[in-house]
Amino acid sequence: MAEAIKAILLEKSFGDGPAKTYAIRSVSFEALWGEMLYVVGPSGSGKTTLLSLISGILKPDAGSVIVEGRDIWGLSPNEIADFRLNKVGFVFQDYHLFPKLTTVENVAIPLILKKEDWNRSMKIALEFLEVVGLAEKASLPPTKLSGGEQQRVAIARAIVGRPDILVFDEPTASLDGATGKKILDFVKNEILNDKRCIVIVTHDSRIFGLADRMIEMEDGQIINVRSGGKIEG
Amino acid sequence: MRGILKIALKLLVNDRGKFAALIVGITFAIFLIVQLTSIFSGILAKASSTVINTGARVWVMDPSVQNPLNTIPLPDYVLDAVRSMNGVKYAVPLYSGVGLVKLKNGVYQPATVLGLDDTSLIGRPDMIEGRMEDIFADNAFIVVKDQEYAKLDSPSLGTTFEINDHRGVVVGIARVPVGNLFGIPTLYTTYSRAVQYLPNARFTIGYVLVKPKSEAAIPAIIKDVANIGYMAMTDRQFEIKVSNYYKYQTGVGTNILFMTVIGFLVGLSISGQTFYTFVLENLEKFGALKAIGAKNSELVLMILFQATFASVVGYGLGVGMSSLLIAAGKRFVPNYTADIDYWNLALAFVLVLLIAALSSLIAVKKVIRVQPFEIFRG
Ligand SMILES: Nc1ncnc2c1ncn2[C@@H]1O[C@H](COP(=O)(O)OP(=O)(O)O)[C@@H](O)[C@H]1O
Ligand SMILES: [Mg+2]
Repeated sequence: MAEAIKAILLEKSFGDGPAKTYAIRSVSFEALWGEMLYVVGPSGSGKTTLLSLISGILKPDAGSVIVEGRDIWGLSPNEIADFRLNKVGFVFQDYHLFPKLTTVENVAIPLILKKEDWNRSMKIALEFLEVVGLAEKASLPPTKLSGGEQQRVAIARAIVGRPDILVFDEPTASLDGATGKKILDFVKNEILNDKRCIVIVTHDSRIFGLADRMIEMEDGQIINVRSGGKIEG
Repeated sequence: MRGILKIALKLLVNDRGKFAALIVGITFAIFLIVQLTSIFSGILAKASSTVINTGARVWVMDPSVQNPLNTIPLPDYVLDAVRSMNGVKYAVPLYSGVGLVKLKNGVYQPATVLGLDDTSLIGRPDMIEGRMEDIFADNAFIVVKDQEYAKLDSPSLGTTFEINDHRGVVVGIARVPVGNLFGIPTLYTTYSRAVQYLPNARFTIGYVLVKPKSEAAIPAIIKDVANIGYMAMTDRQFEIKVSNYYKYQTGVGTNILFMTVIGFLVGLSISGQTFYTFVLENLEKFGALKAIGAKNSELVLMILFQATFASVVGYGLGVGMSSLLIAAGKRFVPNYTADIDYWNLALAFVLVLLIAALSSLIAVKKVIRVQPFEIFRG
C-alpha cells in the first residue's frame, strides 16, 4: 500500500526555559492509503500534538510532513488552510458542533467554506446525514441530539467534503462502550476505502480491535508500531 | 449572499439574547444621537427663520447683529446709499420688532411683527386665506398659521385685536417655511404701519433687503456696504452666522455635542461589550472553523459582517424611533423643535459604523490569534 502521509523526524516543544516540555521528539512514521491507523498511549504522551502536526493544524519545530509528494509545512498559511479544507476531515474530541445552527447546516460547513452554493451544500449535507443515519434530525439543533448522534454528525461533517485523510481525536471518549464500538465499526465498514486513510488517536482499549496498524507512544516518542489491534503483554 | 456570511448571520441572530442586547445598545445610541442632533438642527433652522422665510438674497444690517431676532435699527441714509450702489437692482427696508397683542380675554401675548416694504411687499409669506393686497386696508395684519398660531386664540379673517393700543384686524392667514424659535406668533403688516403702531427708537429700518443685479455683483455690494460702516451678507452667510452664534456662543451647541458624544460612548460600550462577549463565547467555534479550513480573512469578514449587520439594524430602529418621537413631539408639544435632516442621519451613520468598527476590532484580534490546535486539545 502507498503512503498517504509520511512524517519525518518531527519535533515539537512547548514553553521556554525550565518550563519547556518536549511533546514530540524525533517522530517518523507513515500512514497508508486504505488503512485505519491507531495512535495510542497514555495521556500526555503527545498523541494530540502528533495528530495536529500531520493534519496541518500545528507547525512542527523541525521535521516534515509529506502528503502527495510535498511538505505541507512548506506551504503558506492560506495554502495550509486550503490543505485542511480540501484534504483533511476532522473529528474533534468534543465535536465542536455549532449549537446555533441546525444539524444539516453543521454538516454543510466544509462545503460552504469551499464556496459551494448554499442550497447545493444543504442537499449534499443531507445525503451525508443519511449515510450516518440521521437524516430525520437534519433541522434540529445538535443540542437536541444524544452524544452518539452528535458524534455521527461530527463524522458526517468530516467526510462531507470527501477528504482523503480523516483524523479523529479520542472519538469515543464521551460515548459508552457499545455506542463507541458501533460508530467505529461503521467508520471502518462504510467510510474507509482504499483511497482513504484514517488516523485515530485513542486510549480506549475497547476499540483497539478495529486497528489495521497501531502506533504506541510514550513521552513524545514512538515506542512501538505493530500490525493489527492487539497489544501484547 | 456568500455562504459564510449566511452562517455568520445565523450564528449572530440565533443567539437571541445577545443579539437583542446588541441591537438595544446600538438602537439606544442612535436614538440619542439622532434625537439630539435633530433638536439642534431644529433650533438652528428656527433661529434663522426670518432669513429663510423672507427669502432675500442679500441682507444689510448693523455689524453687531448676531441673530435675526436682535435687530439693531439702521438710519434711513443706509437705505438710500445701498440703493445707489452699483449692482443693486433694488433695495427695500424690512421692519422687525415685537408687539404686544391684547387678546379678547385681556391676556397680553407678545408677537413678532414684520413690516414689509409698502411698494413691493418683498419678503411676503404665502397666503392660505385672504388676499395679499388687503394688507393695505386699515389696521390690516396677516397672521402666520404656525405652531404659535393658537396663542393668538386661532384668529380667522376679520378677527380684531389690540396691538400696542392700536386696533388690528386679521385680513389674511399665511404660511411660512420655518416656524420661529422663541415660541411667539408672527404678524405681517406694511412697513409704514409697523413703524406707526410699534414703539421705535430713533431709527426704524431693521434690515435692508437687497436684490442684486446678478450673483456676480454680490461681492462688490458687500464691499461697498462695508465701506459705509455696515455689513452685508448673503442669506446663506447670514444663516451660517446665526448657526455659529448658537453653536459657539450660547452653550447650546457644546451641550448637544457633549450629549451626542455621551450617547455614542454609551452605545459603543454596550454594543462593544456585548459583541466582544459574543465573539469570546464563540471563540472556540471560530477556532473550529479555522481548523476545518477557514482562512483568517474569512473569519474577519464574518465578524465585520455581524457587526455591520447589527449596526445597520440598530441604526434603522434608532432612526425610526427617533422619527416617531419627533413626529409625536411636533403633534402634541406646541413649540417642539427638532428636524431630522441628512446631516443628522449621516452623522449617526458614521458613528454607527464607528461603533461597529471599534466593537469588532478587539473581536477580530482575538479571532486572528485563536489557535486551531486549542480546539483539538479539547
Ligand atoms: N499548548 C500547549 N502548551 C504547553 N504544553 C502543551 C501544549 N499542548 C500540549 N502540551 C504538552 O505536550 C504534551 C503532549 O500533549 P498532548 O499531545 O495533548 O498529549 P495526549 O494527547 O497524548 O494526551 C503534554 O505534556 C502536554 O502538557
Ligand atoms: Mg489528547
